[in-house]
Amino acid sequence: MQKEANSVGLTATKTFTIPDKIHLESGIEFGPVQVAYETYGTLNENADNAILLLHALTGDAHAAGYHDEKDKKPGWWDDMVGPGKAFDTDKYFVISSNMLGGCSGTTGPCSINPDTGKPYGLSFPVITIEDAVKVQKRLVEFLGVKRLIVAGGSMGGMQALEWSISNADMVSAVIIIASTSRLSAQGIAFNAVGRNAILSDPNFNDGNYYDKEKQPEKGLAIARMVGHITYLCEESMHKKFGRRFQYSDRPNFDFNIDFQVESYLEHQGRTFVDRFDANSYLYITKAVDYFDLAQKHGSLKSAFEKTKARFLVISFTSDWLFPTSQSKEIVQALIKAGRDVSFCEIESPCGHDAFLLEFETQTKIVKSFLEKGEENV
Amino acid sequence: MFNPSDSLHLNYTVISDIIEDGSKILDLGCGNGTLLKMLADKKHCSAIGIDINQNNVIECIQKGLSVIQGDIDEGLKEFADKDFDYVILNQTLQSTEKPDFVIEEMLRAGKKSVVSFPNFGYWRVRFYLFFNGRMPKSRMLPFSWYDTPNIHLLTVEDFFDFCKERDIKITKSVYIKRGKISKNPFNRILTNLLCEEALFVIEK
Repeated sequence: MQKEANSVGLTATKTFTIPDKIHLESGIEFGPVQVAYETYGTLNENADNAILLLHALTGDAHAAGYHDEKDKKPGWWDDMVGPGKAFDTDKYFVISSNMLGGCSGTTGPCSINPDTGKPYGLSFPVITIEDAVKVQKRLVEFLGVKRLIVAGGSMGGMQALEWSISNADMVSAVIIIASTSRLSAQGIAFNAVGRNAILSDPNFNDGNYYDKEKQPEKGLAIARMVGHITYLCEESMHKKFGRRFQYSDRPNFDFNIDFQVESYLEHQGRTFVDRFDANSYLYITKAVDYFDLAQKHGSLKSAFEKTKARFLVISFTSDWLFPTSQSKEIVQALIKAGRDVSFCEIESPCGHDAFLLEFETQTKIVKSFLEKGEENV
Repeated sequence: MFNPSDSLHLNYTVISDIIEDGSKILDLGCGNGTLLKMLADKKHCSAIGIDINQNNVIECIQKGLSVIQGDIDEGLKEFADKDFDYVILNQTLQSTEKPDFVIEEMLRAGKKSVVSFPNFGYWRVRFYLFFNGRMPKSRMLPFSWYDTPNIHLLTVEDFFDFCKERDIKITKSVYIKRGKISKNPFNRILTNLLCEEALFVIEK
């Protein structure tokens, strides 16, 4: 842990259990649901200075600060969250929670089903972005929040959009970063490859692998490798690895790792299996694939006519997974619905990953956008 | 586009005087938002800007403005017909790729539109080309032929012809010469010769 003046410092993930059942979009009544969350800053007297951060596919509740003095890395959005940072914890009560179906403290397929005493596995119900938002709503109510700002990148942006529609009266401002109102066929295809890798792992065992000696690590690692290709772009891969060899300056003439890019992907896959659950990967990618606001509300415009918030939409030039064209679709529909929206496409060579990396430009934009809301209060 | 600051301020004042208090306005090619901010603060306008440049967009957001990063040559299809009291195209017409399309889109989305541009018929510009035999450069047109963003330069007469061809009504004209305003002071031929910058309110 590096001691920084603008860090939230040591934090801990807490849990809250929703006392009753949640009505899922699929029609199933599901419970109990435990939610893992962290908060930074203080809720004001009016309970209207909250910002809910929504994580991407494999994120967790630990958005900022360190869990332990010995931690090498802070939370996933630490560059943006802290005193004086974009999401200024001196001003705002910042909340981050693990998504429903996840594997970092919130109820998911690896949680114990109280009826059987065993992990849910594939008996866990199929969940949607709307379901995840329902769970988050119960959390913020529990925390006493009356009005809030929602912000998220990638899948987090989908949740922020859903929040603005299904809880319109609570949401004052929405920040959508590198996201979409529906994933492209190309995006679904990559998720499908990831799921297939998991499902065809010989150790997958229909999702019942938790008490087994061997886990579907190979499948999950391949899913992560595919994912990582989509988070980068040609330029960033070329810059990072080029065609360089990993261990020597010439080919090995075998099928072990030759190229640096292979080694990188292998490393990403290997480290991912230590922190993520294969079943969660199936459920959450499916939720992402199902998300389609235009289909659900008739059109994107009629979806946004239900909102009552200000919007900020940010995209990145080299992001081909959640391309600028999809952000523009959101922006144009918001304008058609008569909503206040600002849109910026940030020049970046980092691909989809840019939303976690290009924090300086994002800080400028997000800070100013939030300050405008402060004037109006 | 580039503008000497005195002329810029004058131009802003002219636009600010034209626009009624509390109007809903859209500024195309809004730059860093100086005009928009002025109209929002002094004229209590609800204002939206569009600009193609990331840094301009960020500056606008920092001024607390609502701004969309985009290319006005792609049109304004997300905006409904007559959505705005005024659509403004200030010193930007000559650098659009499809000026005719941009103007038609402005007239569709706005009840009224404000268009201003440097007059290529200004006598100094004509003399420059005539005597120097080179592409004119001036305070208003400081660029070289190879790096100028001004790809569709026009004269006041060209604009009159354009409006006539398309049944566009000019409801107000302001001519600026060396930092001074004159409202219809000359006959048409002299106007085209003597004004350095022209500003029109148009509708259809």
